[in-house]
Amino acid sequence: MSTYRTATATGRILALLLLMGWMAPAGSQEAQIRLGTPISEEQLSALDLIAAPDGSGMPPGAGTARQGREVYELNCLRCHNVNGEGVSGNTVIAGGDMQSEESPLRTVGSYWPHASTLFDFIRRAMPADIPKSLTDEEVYQVTAYVLFLNGIVGEDQSINSETLTAIVMPNGNGFVDQSHLH
Amino acid sequence: MKELQWEKVAGNGLLNRRHLLQLGLTGLGAAGAGAVFGQDAGSVLQVPEWSRMPGASASAYGEPSRFAGNFQRMAGTPDPIYPGGGSSRSPLQFLQGTITPNALHFERHHAGIPDIDPAEHMLVINGLVRQPLVFSYENLLKYQMVSRINFLECSGNSGALLRGGNADGTAQSLHGLLSCAEWTGIPLSVLLDEAGVLPEARWVAAVGADAASMGRSVPIDKALDDILVALYQNGEPIQPGQGYPVRLFCPGWEGNISVKWLTQLKLMREPAQFRDETSKYTDTMPDRSSLQFTFPMGVKSLITSPSGQMSLPRPGIYQVTGVAWSGRGAIRRVEVSADGGATWADAMMQSEPMDKALARFTIPWEWSGGPAVLQSRATDSAGNVQPIRDEVLAARGTISFYHNNCIQSWGVDDAGAISNVYV
Repeated sequence: MSTYRTATATGRILALLLLMGWMAPAGSQEAQIRLGTPISEEQLSALDLIAAPDGSGMPPGAGTARQGREVYELNCLRCHNVNGEGVSGNTVIAGGDMQSEESPLRTVGSYWPHASTLFDFIRRAMPADIPKSLTDEEVYQVTAYVLFLNGIVGEDQSINSETLTAIVMPNGNGFVDQSHLH
Repeated sequence: MKELQWEKVAGNGLLNRRHLLQLGLTGLGAAGAGAVFGQDAGSVLQVPEWSRMPGASASAYGEPSRFAGNFQRMAGTPDPIYPGGGSSRSPLQFLQGTITPNALHFERHHAGIPDIDPAEHMLVINGLVRQPLVFSYENLLKYQMVSRINFLECSGNSGALLRGGNADGTAQSLHGLLSCAEWTGIPLSVLLDEAGVLPEARWVAAVGADAASMGRSVPIDKALDDILVALYQNGEPIQPGQGYPVRLFCPGWEGNISVKWLTQLKLMREPAQFRDETSKYTDTMPDRSSLQFTFPMGVKSLITSPSGQMSLPRPGIYQVTGVAWSGRGAIRRVEVSADGGATWADAMMQSEPMDKALARFTIPWEWSGGPAVLQSRATDSAGNVQPIRDEVLAARGTISFYHNNCIQSWGVDDAGAISNVYV
């Protein structure tokens, strides 16, 4: 009977598929297709903006606070105001003291544990209305200026990948990692 | 008619649900005095107008009944110094069941919603892998997918309650950074396996394609466990506000780590220490140390009805209902109090609680017309019990506001008006 033959044929195909692993439960490795296209880190160099505390991802370049003042005044002043004083709570980026009597003002200088975060965040997200519009050189310069406003570096200290990641931030030991609690 | 004997299960009017079920409509009807459907008692009910003419044709994309209430998310006022930043909150007090409709799922954006053409979107895996890879959206759609129902809660949800002061709000305004959906996508472990994770990789830095390129670092054990590279939400492609075309979804963890518009996964030895895992989403304790990488959202519940800024029209029986959830398992128990925590009664779960998903509870309550304080307290499958506000404040102080899972108290006054209270 043709019906019988069809059923048998279907059965053979199913058995074959099972042998090949195509019908294995979701998540098993044999069942997965592999459709990622190989790419090199060099091809990703403009897309990968992660600048980490160990210096990985930091581009070549350098800048000083003295150079950064001009970049800051052109690009940052509207929201972060003179000397990083800000125009509202979240835009204050200088000053503060974690040990203050009242609730502490948390800024780059008083709160942020890593200097690399400043470079990373400015490069990926600032200025808020035209993010990624600064050159790497300008990001180093304005990073130096914000650190200078917080009394962390001198006005003519050159900030580059090495000197930035060597900085110990005032609140660098202020964080307790909870990532193991899950 | 036989006089009704309510079985009280806790103080100030909480009732035994089994007893109430036996009473049936007679019991509930007794609470609502007045005519039925505007007709005089004893009149003959008529076939309604809409049963006498054809209705509208089938529609391309559905929308709620014009009589069902115009439920909306509550969005903050745009801030010119924070373009695109902000959030919108789910109208929890009007929703039932446990699934949030896609158009009402809460949102939190750090630089607005990007308008992404999926044909040009890329998902990259690089860093400590044998072979960096790039995936197109078209190819991601070809992978085997899994579906999971999970809640998503912003870690800043309910934060205003820790600050105290005047927090007279609704369930939506105080707690609406909470939603629950069915998420469908590719296990992250599958894509990581394809790239070949090197043994020294301990963290995965995830980055979005929004204007902020918002990034978060995820520990490798979670990445290889239950995280999804999600493409669908409640059956349809993820909406732009939720990360179209592709987002990370980390079940049970603070919402921000489920990075939207996912474009990069970088395997690293240490966390990337992004702005949004150092300066933000960290909690400063009374001793001025700050907790970082607080991932699972604590066991929590909330009465959604009756709730803040609602009003009880008259004394009688009401169904108290709400939602409960935990980032560390399923909800095992929800208790409700009507006397500010002096006495408690077990609520009924409306459906079988699931791991890291919203569960809905309900319990009948007879309001006497006097003052009451309604609270709910959840316990999860790991044995965690939702704390009262004073416990959270004693442990954590008032400097930070993330990760607040304290019991919500709704005060009911003599006139039936309901508001957030601190007890």
